[in-house]
Amino acid sequence: MKKVMQGNEAIARGAWEAGVIIGCAYPGTPSSEIMAEISGYDEIYTEWSPNEKIAVEVAHGASLAGGRAIACMKHVGLNVAADPFMTISYTGVKGGFVIVVADDPGQHSSQNEQDSRNWTRFGKVPMIEPADSQECKDFTKIAFDISERFDTPVLLRTETRVSHCDSVVESGERKESAIPKGLDQKDTPKYVMVPMYSRPKRVALEDKIAKLAAYADTEFPYNVMEINDPSIGFISSGVSYLYTKDVFPQYSFLKLGMVWPLPKNMIAEFFKKVKKVIVVEELDPFFETEIRAMGYKVWHGKDLIPAMGELSPGIIKQSLIKVVEGRKYKPPKIMIKPENLPRRPPNLCAGCSHRPLFYALKKLGLYVFGDIGCYALAVAPPLAAMHASTCMGAGIGGAYGAGKVLGKKGLGKICAVLGDSTFLHSGIGPLMDTVYNKGYSTTIILDNGITAMTGQQETPGTGYTIKGEPAAIVDYEQIVRAVGVKNVRKVDPYNIEETMGVIREEVNRDDASAIITVNSPCMLLRRANPLGKFKHPVYTIDTDRCRGCKVCLEINCPAVSWQKAEGQTKDGYKRKGTVFINKDQCVGCEVCVQVCKFEAIVPGAK
Amino acid sequence: MTDNGKVTNIFLSGVGGQGTILASNILAEVFLGAGYDVKKAEVHGMAQRGGDVTTHFRFGKKVYSPLIEYGEADFLLSFELLEAARYINWVKPEGKIIINKQAILPPAVSLGQVEYPGDIEKTFRKHFKDNVWIINGQEIARELGNIQAANVVLTGAFSNFFPEIKEEKWTDAIKVLLPTKLHELNAKAFYEGRKII
Ligand code: SF4
Ligand code: SF4
Repeated sequence: MKKVMQGNEAIARGAWEAGVIIGCAYPGTPSSEIMAEISGYDEIYTEWSPNEKIAVEVAHGASLAGGRAIACMKHVGLNVAADPFMTISYTGVKGGFVIVVADDPGQHSSQNEQDSRNWTRFGKVPMIEPADSQECKDFTKIAFDISERFDTPVLLRTETRVSHCDSVVESGERKESAIPKGLDQKDTPKYVMVPMYSRPKRVALEDKIAKLAAYADTEFPYNVMEINDPSIGFISSGVSYLYTKDVFPQYSFLKLGMVWPLPKNMIAEFFKKVKKVIVVEELDPFFETEIRAMGYKVWHGKDLIPAMGELSPGIIKQSLIKVVEGRKYKPPKIMIKPENLPRRPPNLCAGCSHRPLFYALKKLGLYVFGDIGCYALAVAPPLAAMHASTCMGAGIGGAYGAGKVLGKKGLGKICAVLGDSTFLHSGIGPLMDTVYNKGYSTTIILDNGITAMTGQQETPGTGYTIKGEPAAIVDYEQIVRAVGVKNVRKVDPYNIEETMGVIREEVNRDDASAIITVNSPCMLLRRANPLGKFKHPVYTIDTDRCRGCKVCLEINCPAVSWQKAEGQTKDGYKRKGTVFINKDQCVGCEVCVQVCKFEAIVPGAK
Repeated sequence: MTDNGKVTNIFLSGVGGQGTILASNILAEVFLGAGYDVKKAEVHGMAQRGGDVTTHFRFGKKVYSPLIEYGEADFLLSFELLEAARYINWVKPEGKIIINKQAILPPAVSLGQVEYPGDIEKTFRKHFKDNVWIINGQEIARELGNIQAANVVLTGAFSNFFPEIKEEKWTDAIKVLLPTKLHELNAKAFYEGRKII
């Protein structure tokens, strides 16, 4: 049956058809939907793992027991999983093992831009790269065959425009792998990577790679040569191939389905068949460098095509039309300059518990070491209450390290803030370090009961598994105490006064402390009834009182806006305008109410 | 319009929560059903937090790139005025434009720092003359009882550009994609929209 599927959905379908029995992932855009989709298949055990390193380790263990296993993550997730990743190429697999890594060129929702193709040669793990949803499914399936046949994990690389594009997919049936399940102690030299065993494995690895290279040349069905007009030949892969094919369909192509090892003979043949070769690839000059190192003359590549951000048909045309067709690029007419239009950045939801908490931090003037999650939106003005943010878990270590430099002078000035899911992902280690090495920083855990930013995924702290079954719940207070934090406080962030008081006390303490928010579920987490705790469904402006001081605009609630209109309050204060609350958007969280000094925000009616 | 040899490019834009993605899913269902190859690209991520949402939708005999080339959109289907303006340069000179007459204030406007651009309709008419349809989708949807259906009103209006596709194909797609309790409302919204153009 033909169906339009998202790339991620097609990878999930491919995993199911390939007979996968275990899937592990930590959510991260643009990869999150893969495991969410796989969890819909009854035959596959799935989990949200606490982080990507754990996901890879669990999936690898499953593979050693003979099950086909898949682990999925975004590009930065593979950095977290790098440790097991760099050694499983040595141990190899038993059941097929595929790691999906989804890049985000252009940083639609990521802290950096990485070209994950660099992991393939570095980790000595073959990588394949689909271009559209049909290929997502087909490549996932063949990845498992490659994995079992060559006794290696396989990387499947996607990116935003593959994972989050929809195209037509022909579905197939599920077929289980013939690999028998079970563990065998006789396999010890294969799976214990102590030097005695890993040194010979190191040598064997090169042999494996040579075999994979031969396979890439002769058998892998998705390295495809299309010889049309031979005056120019493009070498490309993934979605870059699709863009190029769209812009210059009449020329010749070598589409590489396998990123590494490269099909050397095929490349040699291509160079013989076409006159001039242009390498089109997104981000780093990966193919270009390899192909040049083979001794070929690449006519054009990164000299003309940007090595940063996303490519698109337009960018490819703009970069190459001159050399390919000898004419100048003529940009379309600019009718409106987009840079002159007000931007529409994302914002914390109306009622989000992060808003009052960050407002409190701002009022206290703290230097905030932030982290990765919805709360990173608090960096935007007017809230502007986050000052450093690197990667998951980094805020805690950062705050602690900064305190070591500032000494007593830093007391009362620094804190670390991160979400519940992020804390479980990689916050416990640095918190342990803070206490153990006598840091004084305060760690604020924003517990909103879910992984919010990536679209509501469960964690060990939510009480449910990925399939919605009830599960054990992490007790944050106990964890924090167990690593040695003596001063642990709980706050209701919706009470701004009280929250500020608690934070002030803790950041001034010359000892590590932790603050955990309570009663603060994500607005989108329906089962927690986030609106239930608010006294009134909506608030409104009492125009007899509003002086137009704009203080309530500082919280940046999407429901609150400014309306210019000269007028005066009942007691005669002349104002330039008032604020307005959009009742379709207000949820009644009372944050603006606490900020207003003139009691001008009052309960309203929906 | 649906000449088999060429690819048709439809650029959709709106604000998170307006149903841009549902509209593009309806298109996918309809044009796949009509025997075309379809591709569709959207950036997920922070859309739910009030950011802008765009979808590139392409159909034809064979579609390679999921992204539309800059300046090559045959249609701009936009659910909000400012989000229409933001992508005006994507439309080719003879392109057709359908806009929902709704203004959702972006933060800088809410904060009183800048004004919401006031001449969007005029600019579109200046450049695209009679190929611009500005529709009060949420008013029509509100009368039907649910302003959420504005996206389907616009989809209904848009459907007129493809006379070769039977009306039921559109309403069938709506049925496939929406829960039963919303079928009647959205079918009505579709028909109301279809009357407009
Ligand atoms: S999704 Fe949840 S955590 Fe994120 S901004 Fe909205 S309410 Fe806050
Ligand atoms: S009560 Fe105030 S801060 Fe809370 S959602 Fe309504 S307008 Fe926004």
